[in-house]
Amino acid sequence: MKKATKKFILLVLIAALMLTVTACGRGDEAAKRLILATTTSTYDSGLLGELMPQFEEEKGYDVEIIALGTGQALEIGRRGDVDIILAHAKELEEEFVAEGYGTERTYVMYNEFVVLGPEDDPANLKGTTDLGVALQSIEETASSFASRGDDSGTHTKELNLWDEYGIDVAGDWYNSLGQGMGDTLITANEMQSYTLADRGTYLSMEDQLPNLTVVFEGAEQLFNTYGVIPINPERHDVNYEGVQKLVEFFIRDDIQEKIGKFGGDEFAQPLFFPAAD
Amino acid sequence: MDLLISGLREAVSLIVSLDPRVLQIIFTSLQVTGTALVFAALLGIPLGAFLGLTSFPGKSVLVALLYTGMGFPPVVIGLFVFITFSSGGPMGFLSWLFTTRAMIIAQVIIAFPLIAGFTMTAVGGVDKDLILQLKSLGATKRQIIMAILKEARLGVLVSIIAGFGAIISEVGAVMLVGGNIEGSTRVLTTAIVLEARRGNFGLAISFGIILLAITFGVNFAMSNLPGRGRRQ
Repeated sequence: MKKATKKFILLVLIAALMLTVTACGRGDEAAKRLILATTTSTYDSGLLGELMPQFEEEKGYDVEIIALGTGQALEIGRRGDVDIILAHAKELEEEFVAEGYGTERTYVMYNEFVVLGPEDDPANLKGTTDLGVALQSIEETASSFASRGDDSGTHTKELNLWDEYGIDVAGDWYNSLGQGMGDTLITANEMQSYTLADRGTYLSMEDQLPNLTVVFEGAEQLFNTYGVIPINPERHDVNYEGVQKLVEFFIRDDIQEKIGKFGGDEFAQPLFFPAAD
Repeated sequence: MDLLISGLREAVSLIVSLDPRVLQIIFTSLQVTGTALVFAALLGIPLGAFLGLTSFPGKSVLVALLYTGMGFPPVVIGLFVFITFSSGGPMGFLSWLFTTRAMIIAQVIIAFPLIAGFTMTAVGGVDKDLILQLKSLGATKRQIIMAILKEARLGVLVSIIAGFGAIISEVGAVMLVGGNIEGSTRVLTTAIVLEARRGNFGLAISFGIILLAITFGVNFAMSNLPGRGRRQ
């Protein structure tokens, strides 16, 4: 019995120690902590992993990155749980700013969406140069299409495109997955489906997607702009000072140049184009 | 099959090479789950013992609530903790969201009904004659409870093992309240989700193998505890 009690006390002491350790890492550095919410596709590209250490070193902040769907990222921004958002759903973000949740959207960079599909291309997208015709033919041939279906920036973009060409996506051919970009690509690869993806995520996963290939690209409607939005300090207790430094950092000439070069060595073409272009 | 074999090989090489990022993830997993388990046991064992030994009006409602808690979807608990600790929420002023503390709280809430429920069953299964005997020998209430818990220790241990298994392998709640932040709130399960999403199935499966190995090791150690006690 005594032994058990001792063991018990020991366990409690260990727990207390663990909590203390956790505590030390936090409180003192709260002022230097910046929470950046971004989308899964941005995070998975690895760009922030390249840029943020430089910012942290230069300015002495600790940037913690949380990767979420755009809908979720904007929602936790509304709640004030993060300091800044980096996303690529322009309309939703402008609404976010107009509602007063964010101060302003600063344009950082853009990339390009591509339509991917199976090698044999049943809807013959490779044979067309018009996006409307391409999408129409997916519907007409009832070829399987995998949609993110998660209210993300990519999903919103995709829905806008169907809408623009008056195509109803209610058929059996349209699969709304409710998944992130990577999961959707993997599913489309398995299902031999068409899908819409940002080129960066596709290139970074190309090796794992043997059944998919780019079947349509280059249309103006497929450009995708990224912006950063600081959370409004009048609404929430955020680290606005740090956030402003981060915004300045993103649009600085040397960082813009870095963004334009990112991924160029690995994928034969860069993943993002700087806003300065 | 290739993936499983290369995953196994990668898991071994990740551990052997002591990759600091991997060690950090393993450490965070153990720290969060270990701390949560201690608190869950501190809450769950006394509650389970109390429910197993006493009867009072309304007990059946409480027991039904406990059983509901045992099967509650962890991600809903995560959502609840998220809303509570979100900056507009009642505990928002603490700024615990996206830290290991919020993860610990979510895991305590997930594990403690399991520990209380199994403890209750174990304690309820102790021979009633033992209680009578102890009473007749003039044992104090505290002595009786400790004797019963000792008698039911195997069941109590199973309750802790069940709690441990539920929270070390949980992903939805910790993803939501922890945010899967590299170097601070990333644990094995959320790392698996991330790597699978990126299509790095080899790395994902090797994290899975590490998780499995840890769970096995901890369970093996725990299930050997009562045996050691008996020999002494």
